[in-house]
Amino acid sequence: MTDPTLAAASDYLIWGAIIVLALALLAFSLHLALTGSGRQSRAERKVLVGAGAGTSATGEPAAPEVPEPAEEAPAPSRRWGVIGLQLTWLATFAVVAGTVLRALSVSRAPLGNMYEFALMASAFALVIYSIWSLRRDRLWLGAFVVLPVLIILGAARLWWYTEASQLMPALDNIWLVIHVTVATLSVGLFTIGAALATAYLIKDRAEARGDVRGWLAALPAGQALERMTYGIHIFAFPLWTFTLMSGAIWAEQAWGRYWGWDPKETWTFVIWVVYAAYLHARATTGWSARRSTWVAIAGFACIVLNYTVVNLLITGLHSYSGVA
Amino acid sequence: MATETPARIEPDYPKDRTKLGGGRGGGRKGSIGALGWVRWTWRQLTSMRTALALLLLLAVAAIPGSIFPQRGVDPSRVRTYLEEHPDAGPWLDKIGMFDVYASPWFASIYLLLMISLVGCILPRMRQHVQAMRAQPPRVPSRLTRMPTRAETVLDAPAQDVVAAARAELAGRRYRVRPEEDGALVVSAEKGYLKETGNLLFHLAILGVIVSVAAGHLFGWRGEIILKEGETFTTGAASFDTLSLGPLVDPDRIPVYSLRLDDLDVQFEHEAQGAQFGQPRVFAGDATVQRGDDAPETRAFAVNKPLHVAGTSVFLLGNGYAPVVTVRDTDGEILFSDAVTFLPQDNNYASEGVIKVPAASPGLGFVGGFLPTLEFVEGLGPTSSFPGLVAPALVLTAFEGDLFPEGRAQSVFSIETDSMTQLQQEDGEPLRLLLEPGDVIELPGDRGTIEMETVIRWGGLLVRHDPGRTPALVFGGLALLGLVLMLGVKRRRLFVRVTPAGPAGTGEHPGDGARHTGLTVAGLPKGTDPGLDDLVDQVLARIVSASGGRVVTDKDDT
Repeated sequence: MTDPTLAAASDYLIWGAIIVLALALLAFSLHLALTGSGRQSRAERKVLVGAGAGTSATGEPAAPEVPEPAEEAPAPSRRWGVIGLQLTWLATFAVVAGTVLRALSVSRAPLGNMYEFALMASAFALVIYSIWSLRRDRLWLGAFVVLPVLIILGAARLWWYTEASQLMPALDNIWLVIHVTVATLSVGLFTIGAALATAYLIKDRAEARGDVRGWLAALPAGQALERMTYGIHIFAFPLWTFTLMSGAIWAEQAWGRYWGWDPKETWTFVIWVVYAAYLHARATTGWSARRSTWVAIAGFACIVLNYTVVNLLITGLHSYSGVA
Repeated sequence: MATETPARIEPDYPKDRTKLGGGRGGGRKGSIGALGWVRWTWRQLTSMRTALALLLLLAVAAIPGSIFPQRGVDPSRVRTYLEEHPDAGPWLDKIGMFDVYASPWFASIYLLLMISLVGCILPRMRQHVQAMRAQPPRVPSRLTRMPTRAETVLDAPAQDVVAAARAELAGRRYRVRPEEDGALVVSAEKGYLKETGNLLFHLAILGVIVSVAAGHLFGWRGEIILKEGETFTTGAASFDTLSLGPLVDPDRIPVYSLRLDDLDVQFEHEAQGAQFGQPRVFAGDATVQRGDDAPETRAFAVNKPLHVAGTSVFLLGNGYAPVVTVRDTDGEILFSDAVTFLPQDNNYASEGVIKVPAASPGLGFVGGFLPTLEFVEGLGPTSSFPGLVAPALVLTAFEGDLFPEGRAQSVFSIETDSMTQLQQEDGEPLRLLLEPGDVIELPGDRGTIEMETVIRWGGLLVRHDPGRTPALVFGGLALLGLVLMLGVKRRRLFVRVTPAGPAGTGEHPGDGARHTGLTVAGLPKGTDPGLDDLVDQVLARIVSASGGRVVTDKDDT
């Protein structure tokens, strides 16, 4: 039933993806640093020129008015960002292929244990980011997405690795595919949501201080980041709701009750409530966008806890981590 | 965005209910009065801020239940915890840490949340019904204050532009406010389903809670261990354990008989590491008979419950039952039965007792069943694999009064206080190791014990939950409401057409009909990044539909 060659190939692909993602992170970070400092110096010079020549501050500095030589004022190079993006695409391909091979090696959906769950969530996060980056300029977001994915994949490979094998009977159900696929998809989305939320909080603090410098200048305006954060979460939240409900349907079939306050059920519920609170907070007068976004970050912290502490340390019916 | 322009559609309902009606002033100046207090409390409770606080509180309050063992989930782990923590345990118990989800403080949070929810959605439902019937509001006098706006000048008659705008918005399924003839404004609104979805979601959540409560009140669950070949008949007295909901009449439990024909259990033996020994197959056949119906044999398994007479039968546990026969010295059978042994670890090292009251004095065997016997240095016999590879019974024996004072006791334990342990010839406590087919003579002419074979038992859960289907339906409705609420955009679009007038009167004074001003403005509710694009698109479509040509700034100068 289990094909060790395919399983080994999957392992190589995941190791490869980890290396490529590390390089992508490097490239994206370089991109942020270079773009940020580039924008900053242009902005500073614009002020100088504006003051000197008395021209409108809205116009781009016209070439003849720039006193410095041209090479000192290049448009910020996107080269490193594009390299990072291409590396990310490559890694996305490797993670997806690794996940598929893992599935083929055991002739089932790759959702049976913690390691496979991590692969799926990483694959979803990378695919979503890659598709997004094809449609919009999202080079600035790359580092924020690649870093958490790299951490998840690295931890999965180092600590949560489980040999490819068949399912235990409690997992052998069509709802495994439905429930866990949607769970991994929403975790992928929440990961990107948390990345955006972090970017927003950092940028917003700098904006509030009136001190947007360095790589922060490479990020979009705080308000736009906040809107994107919300936009991701309103996709992820209904998916998480569905995760909760499909889990209940499955629990009814497997354990004879649809809700029993198993630790994993409890935490899924806690996560759901925290993200519901985030959506409410955004619509509540007296709650700033900053404070609301912190609630979203708390939601992601709960996801991380649910996935690590609850899986590995707390005994419950969801003890499928496969980690000895 | 620093100006005080309305950036979004202000809701029809008051967002901050705490500030309604001039604060707490219920009665005369300075005094608040009882009614004032009630009103103030109600407003506080039903305010969004309170709902949010309660939500966060609910999340925090649910956490201890995942940290401490819960009586409702696993009472034996609670007992163990109390034994291991004699200092903190009783203290934690007092504040309900082992019954978090049944504790008063948890209940008070979700009850307050429910009241807050009802208090919030009832007025909103009334408002929404009114809004659904109402026409979009008049076009504001100054569209420049709108957050999203696009304008142009085109050479088309003003009435044509208005007609094109109305047609365009109606074509986009906007509700367009009827205006008197000759009006040069269009007001349109779309996305009423957003609020409908919002209300549907919250009502459905209430429905889920009510369904769960109904399932708790009217549902019941019974557990029983059945050995292969054994039959049991449902009824209040026939389960090993039975928990009835507070409003269940035990006489109305449906009666049917169920025979466990066969149980198939397999374990992983190929993969190594943590996966080795994991269960792989867990299925069975059962013959069900109800009333005068013909018996019916059906397959069931983990994840595939049987559905009989409004109940569901789940296969939840399994283990081994060695078939043991005890004979006296004459070969007369004193005891012969399959004895249920309860698994204690993942390799199914199981514990159990064999009680032989027919012997005199009574004989009791205590020990373990090991499906795959392996001797480990220092530990003695253990099981190294949960499947039946080298099954063995490891027993010691006691002699004496099996049922002191006639007390009822568990079939899984023996009170050995009033019994004496049998000894081997060398004076050591008697230890027996039996493999299938083995017959061992007991010391001191007490007869023989034989393990004939091993069969399996299945732990069955029979459950009736009338709240199950309603909870599912309400859950589905909640999801639908959620998708509508988050997916649909509530938008108001305003169009103003400024006819070219005589010089100095219009916005674009000049040459007659050739300078008709067109402004399209949008007002979102909540975050709506797509509104800018929509306004631009609508403007472009109106321009092309009215057959006009955009007059550029260069035409003016």
